Amino acid sequence: MKRRDSIKTMALASFGASMFLESCYGVSRERITRSLTRYEYGRTPEETLYDDKLFAQKFFTNYELVTLDKLCNIILPPNEFGSIRDAEVVQLIEFMAKDIPSYQDPLRKGIIWIDEESQSRFNNPFIDIDELDQKQILDEIAYYDPNYNMSDLPEPVQWFNLVRNLTMTGYFTAEVGIKELGYKGNFPNVWDGVPQDVLDQYGLEYDKEWLDKFVDQSKRNITAEWDDDGNLLT
Amino acid sequence: MQIKNTAKEYDVIIVGSGAGGGMATKILSEAGLSVAVVEAGPFFDPADPKSMTQLKPAFHSPRRGGSTTRHFGDYDQAYGGWDIEGEPYGQIGDTDFKWFRSRMLGGRTNHWGRISLRFGPNDFKRKSIDGLGENWPISYDDIKPYYDKVDKLIGVFGTKENIYNEPDGFFLPPPKPRLHELFYIKGARKSNVKVIPSRLSVLTKRINNERGICFYCAGCAKSCNVYGDFSSGSCLIFPAQKSGGQIDLYVNSMVRTVTTNKEGKATGVSFIDKDENKEYKLKGKVVVLAASACSSARILLNSKSKEHPNGLGNSSDLIGKYLHDSTGGDMMAFLPELIDRKTYNEDGVGGMHVYSPWWLDNKKLDFARGYHIEVWGGMGAPTYGTGFNVNSFNKFFGINKAGGYGDVLRADMKKYYGSTIGISGRGESVAQKSNYCEIDPSKVDKYGVPILRFNYKWTDNEIKQAKHMQDTFEEIIHNMGGIPLWGKPGKDANYGLNKPGWIIHEVGTTRMGDDPKKSVTNQFERLHDVSNVYVVDAGPFVSQADKNPTWTILALAMRSSEHIVEEFKKQNF
Repeated sequence: MKRRDSIKTMALASFGASMFLESCYGVSRERITRSLTRYEYGRTPEETLYDDKLFAQKFFTNYELVTLDKLCNIILPPNEFGSIRDAEVVQLIEFMAKDIPSYQDPLRKGIIWIDEESQSRFNNPFIDIDELDQKQILDEIAYYDPNYNMSDLPEPVQWFNLVRNLTMTGYFTAEVGIKELGYKGNFPNVWDGVPQDVLDQYGLEYDKEWLDKFVDQSKRNITAEWDDDGNLLT
Repeated sequence: MQIKNTAKEYDVIIVGSGAGGGMATKILSEAGLSVAVVEAGPFFDPADPKSMTQLKPAFHSPRRGGSTTRHFGDYDQAYGGWDIEGEPYGQIGDTDFKWFRSRMLGGRTNHWGRISLRFGPNDFKRKSIDGLGENWPISYDDIKPYYDKVDKLIGVFGTKENIYNEPDGFFLPPPKPRLHELFYIKGARKSNVKVIPSRLSVLTKRINNERGICFYCAGCAKSCNVYGDFSSGSCLIFPAQKSGGQIDLYVNSMVRTVTTNKEGKATGVSFIDKDENKEYKLKGKVVVLAASACSSARILLNSKSKEHPNGLGNSSDLIGKYLHDSTGGDMMAFLPELIDRKTYNEDGVGGMHVYSPWWLDNKKLDFARGYHIEVWGGMGAPTYGTGFNVNSFNKFFGINKAGGYGDVLRADMKKYYGSTIGISGRGESVAQKSNYCEIDPSKVDKYGVPILRFNYKWTDNEIKQAKHMQDTFEEIIHNMGGIPLWGKPGKDANYGLNKPGWIIHEVGTTRMGDDPKKSVTNQFERLHDVSNVYVVDAGPFVSQADKNPTWTILALAMRSSEHIVEEFKKQNF
């Protein structure tokens, strides 16, 4: 079996996050397949084996995945650019919990904690209470004083910070989030300096004595030749 | 190209395929010699789409480019790292030396920063200047012609600056600075710190028809698929193969020892084929070690025989000694002026566009040797970790509240994106005999080869230099209106001085000299004790200089390889 197929088979058989999202949220099978077969990113055979091993495991229960999906959606509600589901944030959290096992305990304990809070206050698990009630719980753990070390803050605050961090990184490293952020690189181009309007905005300019030294991009394709003193002739 | 076993006797066996091994391969094969290149890792070609990571956005990785399997992230092209399974190394006492190994064709040249600085005239004669360490047996004038040839062969951008100890070369034109670099220039100049365009081996202009030109994706650490940056495979080994060189590549082949005969001369190498876990031998008239300073030392120390009971070429007992890495210190800052930036593509080349060479006179300072300053920052590609603690910079505006949820996070993400800058010092340490690697007599790796253990302590010179870095960086950051992101490390933390090995510039383990009692190799990087064994990695460096070692490895390897060719012509092997 080709790696592509083996991942797909393995993943579709046991990759809980995607399967579950498909059944619960109507994410199309086509999208899941696409997302699972694109992980071809120059791995060595050893790295491929390691990834495959993680893909074949399932860490979170379906219930936990739905809770995470709810939390991530509150952290970053969908907008015109996209959603945490477009960005496959919950799948990322599932993968990272296996890739960085020290995430496992805190992530799981936090979900238990928030359900206990929800039960004691509203007699229902977190996913089943009203959004206003959900936010009432979150408001108590979502904010922190950045002058403190995170590790000195209460555990629920640390937990929510971890979920927020994973949500943010998941969204803004995904296609939709990169577009929303406005990152325009990682693409072949010819850099010719900071745009003039940006230089003007900050009151900066390129040194006049340096300007002659910079690459003349109109000559970049002309083979370099020098005189004996190292002066570029072309 | 992978040949398993052969009765053939090569003219030269080259161990390792990084900068030194690649240059030796090119020069020796183009002189018509038959060459075996023995590389511990797999074949690697930056142009191969199967291994390529360049231009891949973070979401092609299931961990979004995170660093679980590769220390510098999924897309960094170094197979290996600080820790390789089954290939440990030990520490003596409270030493914490970090040994980075990259096992692949081209070695660490596939991912390095491409900072390509010549050593200057003073860098070869530091003992004459400050009485510390040792002078090199050669001067800048001896190596200058080779630097010139390396510049033209491989390509490096930069500018003529006429600074005595930062010699100019044959430069391609540099790219314009990015926005945060303009801030750095402003801040550094206020502190009278000179700033000049970087000198990186990236092709901003065509140098030949075999290699492409930089297309500014900031991806040099991913190794360029159009060969627009220097890596040993793309710029030295593949061209040498194309020009008809007799080159056999042995990959996944870990050299264990240099074999010798009764006369004490080298006869070849023994290596472990990692795929079969079997040992093989190769015969060669000359052995050129280029496995990296510590790996070459390890091979020599493990090559014990009746004729060389202390390890091959080790009558001086100096192999492994004088190990030294560059000093390193860093500071990162927030630039409030850069919040809510207009976004545009400012990737540029894979590294900084400007830097500061060492600008002071040590006679007026309380430490020896200098450092150069590198600068980083800007609107980089989002990768795992982007968006963590998204609004913790609120504190810099007196807002003692961060976190939250909802659309405020999107706004904060955009607000703070690209608003940080980092400054790093990379400096020269003074080589110490008491800093060394040696064979651990009781431990072997998974191939049964005795492993190295390290003993390393920084001296006051390096610690005071690190303090100077922190004070300087703080001032420059203040000058550009920045706020450091963390407190200045104090004396208890060696003023932020990085652990030895962390800068991955380890050199000096087979240092060169005229006196066989005080050095391991001569000025042509030949073992004093064994006339047909050379070391062309950074092992022969007498001192590190406040420059990155690669350009000097290349120039010395070229010089030594030409010497080997001359010796062949004189039938001395």
